[in-house]
Amino acid sequence: MAENDIGGVGQMTSAPQPVAEGSVRLHEINKEIESIQELIEGLLSQFGYPDAAMFAIRLSLEEAMMNGFRHGNLQDLSKFVEVRWRIDSQSANFHVIDEGEGFDPDAVPDPTLDENLEIPSGRGLMLIRAYMSDARYHDPGNHLEMNFHKVAK
Amino acid sequence: MSTETSRIRVTDLSGVMRVEFVDKDILDEAAIRQISTELIKRAEAAASPRMVISFRGVEHLSSAALGTLITINSLTKKRGGQLRLSDIKPSIMEVFTITKLNKLFQIFETAEKALEGFGGK
Repeated sequence: MAENDIGGVGQMTSAPQPVAEGSVRLHEINKEIESIQELIEGLLSQFGYPDAAMFAIRLSLEEAMMNGFRHGNLQDLSKFVEVRWRIDSQSANFHVIDEGEGFDPDAVPDPTLDENLEIPSGRGLMLIRAYMSDARYHDPGNHLEMNFHKVAK
Repeated sequence: MSTETSRIRVTDLSGVMRVEFVDKDILDEAAIRQISTELIKRAEAAASPRMVISFRGVEHLSSAALGTLITINSLTKKRGGQLRLSDIKPSIMEVFTITKLNKLFQIFETAEKALEGFGGK
């Protein structure tokens, strides 16, 4: 896969089931995240995803990419976070992969417990799980895959 | 008195700070850090900081922004003041409900209602 293979964006096969697939490797946190968000939002809009779906996906991608940079790559900007997407009219599939050593998602303390409410971090993953139809980490925990099903969430 | 910075507008209403956001998305890490630094500085400069943060016009909010709000909430409380939130649209409110932070924060429908009985006007 070529680095910044952004040329794949918007490749819509003509029939029978149009699909948009692509991937990109991000090195810089802010500007690149914003441009990928705009790109994905454009694709979701083309496929008729409602506002609530776009909100859910934008938030989940934001959290996933930030987790990759911050907790995965430990803010080492020489490392990249790779985002892959496959979107059709029924569902949107995303992979967010960092260059870190991975982690055990079950070891993250539940931020909704009363005793943890005042801890200012650790809510990204729970938001992803709440907003996406499904989300799971592939071993060793540096590769998040998440799906949003447009019809039955 | 109104002070303009690149990311937030802070208005002093008889000792209560009303904070509004310039951007509709509070997602960008650097922007959140900047907002956090400024709010902490202001909360630390006041004797018992009373702050109303209005989310009017805000469309997206990340967990990093929630972290900043938690920090400001703890800081104002520690210094004998209080943080109130207002004007949270339903989609953003859901983020607070999912994370159960609606239990931690004092949330009001509008900034005007948040200011009532808060000493500011």
